[in-house]
Amino acid sequence: MRETAVGQPLLSVKNLHAWYGESHILHGAEFEIYPGEVVTLLGRNGAGKTTTLKSIMGIVPKRTGSIIFEGTELIDLPSNRIARLGIAFCPEERGIFASLDVEENLLLPPQVKNGGLTVDQIFELFPNLKERLRSQGTKLSGGEQQMLAIARILRTGAQLLLLDEPTEGLAPVIIQQIGATIRRLKERGFTILLVEQNFRFASTLADRHYVMEHGRIIDMIPNAHLAANMDKLHDYLGV
Amino acid sequence: MFELLGISPQALFGQLLIGLINGSFYAMLSLGLAVIFGMLNIINFTHGAQYMIGAFVAWYALQYFGLNYWWSLLIAPIVVGAFGIVLERTMLQRLYKLDHLYGLLLTFGIALILQGFFLNEFGSSGLPYPIPPSLQGGQNLGFMFLPNYRAWVIVFSLVVCLVTWYLIERTKLGSYLRAATENPTLVQAFGINVPRMITLTYGFGVGLAALAGVLAAPIYRVNPLMGADLIIVVFAVVVIGGMGSILGSVVTGFALGIIEGLTKVFYPEASNTVIFVIMAIVLLLKPAGLFGRTA
Repeated sequence: MRETAVGQPLLSVKNLHAWYGESHILHGAEFEIYPGEVVTLLGRNGAGKTTTLKSIMGIVPKRTGSIIFEGTELIDLPSNRIARLGIAFCPEERGIFASLDVEENLLLPPQVKNGGLTVDQIFELFPNLKERLRSQGTKLSGGEQQMLAIARILRTGAQLLLLDEPTEGLAPVIIQQIGATIRRLKERGFTILLVEQNFRFASTLADRHYVMEHGRIIDMIPNAHLAANMDKLHDYLGV
Repeated sequence: MFELLGISPQALFGQLLIGLINGSFYAMLSLGLAVIFGMLNIINFTHGAQYMIGAFVAWYALQYFGLNYWWSLLIAPIVVGAFGIVLERTMLQRLYKLDHLYGLLLTFGIALILQGFFLNEFGSSGLPYPIPPSLQGGQNLGFMFLPNYRAWVIVFSLVVCLVTWYLIERTKLGSYLRAATENPTLVQAFGINVPRMITLTYGFGVGLAALAGVLAAPIYRVNPLMGADLIIVVFAVVVIGGMGSILGSVVTGFALGIIEGLTKVFYPEASNTVIFVIMAIVLLLKPAGLFGRTA
């Protein structure tokens, strides 16, 4: 499906710094994601996980360093150009538009590449949405809004998905459904960078985990070694 | 019935017609303001001057290029819209992140400069603009005489308002606009060139003002102060309808034109203030306006 050579990262982040006004959030974050991987960013609140996703997407006020996606440097590109290269973002606050109905929300992001899911395939993943197409976007339940927020970026053909805490505040049964969805997306060849507080959930999906602290990546744990590194991880996350 | 109320049907329907005409201009102008405010978060005080310039473009086109009214309906919005786009690119763009006050000061200042320039060139008495030959004359409806041009203005502005409403509320492009009004950052992160969309929206909004200016030219004469006189009332309409509401500005525009006309019949002393009284009442009862969404 994808021509990127094995061994060549899909996304390569080097010495990434980011600022919100005067506050310096990222201090030289470095990591790589390979095609078809599901990778999580773990870390305490304020470690810079969300800012890392936003920096890749180009929606922080100021960033320096290098972000290379399929050979293209993103650091000086505006977010609309970055999206057109095939990266899609699902924000933590979900970003469902109140003035659009469910269908309009779903069809809002333009198709940027071939190979996205069709609307029918999306309804297969999220049958609830099909019933509610005419509802106002924000009238959906929290879980349905999260599904809509994920669903709408699957149509676009973007191959790298940035998901910011998709399970936050949701009931266990819905978390399971989102987990199953992410697994199916991985089977379809999507590459996913997932920010997650719930590392129990993350461990059921991810290939590797990056740990962030104070705006840097301080460790990388392959999922297979997670059990052996539990003490260390508890220490990092303060749980 | 008319005898009971002590008014003649001619007076009543005459004022209703004037009310509808005024309402047409209120609706078209407040519609442009609402579209601009929704996308740019700027209260466009230059709107009245842009309406006035639309009328002057029509006058100029006829006087110096022999281009008739129908050409002006096309040309004036394009010329004034292009001027708006330059304004947005060079100045307004810098203000989006600042308080509303800065946008208000800038656009108000530009309006004063433009008005001053036209006053200096053309004086304040106004220039005549003929009704296009095909719309001269009128219809005798039995109970009143309806001039063709006035009927045209009402129908045309209704159509413009409905098309704009449809464009924004029912099309794909409109869904981009509505979404970008709520969360421009996210819409841009989906791959849409939001800054360009904002520029074009401003061009479209002021183009609507210019279109209204061309419509007004044969009725009110082409006068440098024609916009300044109207814009205060139009802002009251926008406040009553609800800032940023498309449907609200159209419905409120026409309704207030009619209410103003009826007031002239039943209690003429209040006709200049009735809109502002309504504004005060609406602000007390529904601060977001009749159709406004509370943020």
